[in-house]
Amino acid sequence: MLSKIILAGFGGQGIIVAGKLLASAAMKLGKNVTHFPSYGAEMRGGTCNCSVVISDKQISSPIINEPDVAIVLNKPSKDKYEPKCKTNGMLILNKSLIKDETKRTDLKVGYIDASEIAERIGNSKVANMVILGAFAKITSLVNINSLIDSLKDVFPTMPDKLLDLNIKALQEGFNLAYVI
Amino acid sequence: MTQKTLYSKPKSLTDKVMHYCPGCSHSVVHKLLAEIIDEFDIQKDAIFIAPVGCAVLLYDYIDCDTVEASHGRAAAVATGIKRVKPNKQVISYQGDGDLLAIGMGETLHAANRGENITVVFINNAIYGMTGGQMAPTTLVGQKTATTAAGRKPSNEGYPIGACELINTLQAPYFIERCKVNDSKSIIKTKNILKKALKYQMEDKGYSFVEILSNCPTNWGLSPKDSNKWIEDIMQKNFPIGNFRDNGKEA
Amino acid sequence: MEKVQLLKGNEALAEAAVRAGCRYYFGYPITPQNEIPAYMSKRLPEVGGVFIQAESETASINMVYGACSCGARAMTSSSSPGISLMQEGLSYLAGADLPAVVINVMRGGPGLGNISPSQADYLQSVKGGGHGDYNLIVLAPYSVQEIVDLTIKCFDLAFKYRNPVMLIADGMLGQMSEPVVLPKMIDVKDDLDWVVGNGNHAIIHSLYLNPEDMLEIHNAKLQKKYEAIKNECIEFEKYLCDDATSIFVSYGTPARVCKAAIDELREKGIKVGLFRPISLWPFPEKELNELASQVANHSGKVIVVEMAKNQLEQDVKLAVNGKCEIVALNKLGGAIFNETEIIDFVLKDRK
Repeated sequence: MLSKIILAGFGGQGIIVAGKLLASAAMKLGKNVTHFPSYGAEMRGGTCNCSVVISDKQISSPIINEPDVAIVLNKPSKDKYEPKCKTNGMLILNKSLIKDETKRTDLKVGYIDASEIAERIGNSKVANMVILGAFAKITSLVNINSLIDSLKDVFPTMPDKLLDLNIKALQEGFNLAYVI
Repeated sequence: MTQKTLYSKPKSLTDKVMHYCPGCSHSVVHKLLAEIIDEFDIQKDAIFIAPVGCAVLLYDYIDCDTVEASHGRAAAVATGIKRVKPNKQVISYQGDGDLLAIGMGETLHAANRGENITVVFINNAIYGMTGGQMAPTTLVGQKTATTAAGRKPSNEGYPIGACELINTLQAPYFIERCKVNDSKSIIKTKNILKKALKYQMEDKGYSFVEILSNCPTNWGLSPKDSNKWIEDIMQKNFPIGNFRDNGKEA
Repeated sequence: MEKVQLLKGNEALAEAAVRAGCRYYFGYPITPQNEIPAYMSKRLPEVGGVFIQAESETASINMVYGACSCGARAMTSSSSPGISLMQEGLSYLAGADLPAVVINVMRGGPGLGNISPSQADYLQSVKGGGHGDYNLIVLAPYSVQEIVDLTIKCFDLAFKYRNPVMLIADGMLGQMSEPVVLPKMIDVKDDLDWVVGNGNHAIIHSLYLNPEDMLEIHNAKLQKKYEAIKNECIEFEKYLCDDATSIFVSYGTPARVCKAAIDELREKGIKVGLFRPISLWPFPEKELNELASQVANHSGKVIVVEMAKNQLEQDVKLAVNGKCEIVALNKLGGAIFNETEIIDFVLKDRK
């Protein structure tokens, strides 16, 4: 098993930490993992991405040219990564912010109204968690419990109230994701 | 008849014959520092930084732990030492090229951090060891090996005042410029150095003592005339006096 | 045993240094290693240490020099342009026999270059980038776990030999997170008789003015030390070399990619292996030379894979010493290999 996952969105959408949570959850399941952020000048508002590789074997490179799965939270990221996905790969879209149709026909496409759901449950910032929940549902690469279990490792100082909100976001994403 | 010792060489000064030219201020300042170290009884607690310049072999003469720094980096080396050994007295001994040219950054930033060190700055307006080239403190019109027609502001700019620069910073605790060209000023300078070191021992922070010094050989003057030049010419450009003394009784 | 954690290379490195007894860090920000000073600024005060953001890399390395003069476990870190600025200080540290640890998380060059991973500082690191006859001990990790292990080793070797030690990683290793196990906090008791601060008239210096005897003697002592290091500090990994007819030589990031390429090539029946130097200085010359004989017997090749041009390759040539053919696969300017490129290179080269 070798899965190459790219998460992408605006800076400030919590892309890097979402990748970290995903890698952490896979690590808890006994997998080899790498997490690699885009680094440098991107700050809030810029585009931002990170790469997560999950494998049974030692991982050669954390850098991904052709992702198996691209999790995209905004339109510029969809435009960038849709063409890069592996043949018969998968795209998971934040439907709240991406209205366009997917051009490629070989891709499996998963949808979640991540931003809307996040807002509904209390904070638009947890859209990253909503889409991760959706990812868990659609791919089964990690399970929802391992994501929840990893929250404390990735956010060691997070107050309980916020932790609960993040858990809720993961669960809502898991429950409401759908594939066309 | 009983004999009474009226004077002896400071204990912290070694027996080694100094390599400094006859009449050079370095020897005077070395001796003052050795005396002060004896008087405070801190021979085992003082750590010197030897600079690149004529005083690089300072450790041959002053019998204390010493770290030789690369050119201009004495204040950074002093920082590293003081942060590891906050209870030792760290004395950075530097010349004008070291402190104000190549080491300007290190000088100002150590001062700006308020490092609890004492910087002794020998300003003789010339590069001694390399053979009399222009220093950042060379006076306008002063002839050196690299300003044969005299320092021209249009090409070389103006001499830099170290005390004036450091005095623009908030952190330093004590800043004073003095001279060692006659016995009266030597005694005064000793007291200033002693005060600076006392402040360090009391954890007050950064102290800076600039000493107008001679360089008879590279100035092309006799020791006597060179001391006169400090008096008549040099101190007009670099006025002596205290710039800051945060420990002064109000 | 400590639990497995997912840690970023730069942060794992910083924590490993703290656990190896490092209590003094001096550095200047530069990408892609900024997590190291950020981590240290928070962590060192917790363990009674000191963090200073210096005014430059020049100042950083000289603050390290001062701290090491007192026998403290001190370090600095930077990336390529900043390491260039430290070369003067490295020469002085070597000349004064000081046990400093310096980290270079390499980025693309020359000049300001970019912030992507690179290995273009290899020669600067292993040949002594400053003036004079000296060597740094240079170690190169290829995973976050190895960053941790080798950072600790850096401090051990620095103090064992009183010599500056450099760890060279690259932007990828510094930025990526992997599962790691950190060692327990090491209780360091360095009992050193040469340090300043004990009032024993200790002198830390690298000036030896009398050329006909003193500096020559000092250099002879340094060389003797370097010989001892060469005999005692060689480290490398062999991956599937026993039956290999051709061998990749690669360190750090590209060595990981080579391993993946090897697995695929072997599925195609091509017997390649990897020789991965971990100590870059001293270089595992003898061990590579022996492998070169094996490769020559199979009429195979040594394939140098580096994110630089003709740098590692120079040491490989010296080690192989003409025994077999050497070819090189290079990636310049901060780009990274993928396994397909390496596999294609081998397949094409066989035709």
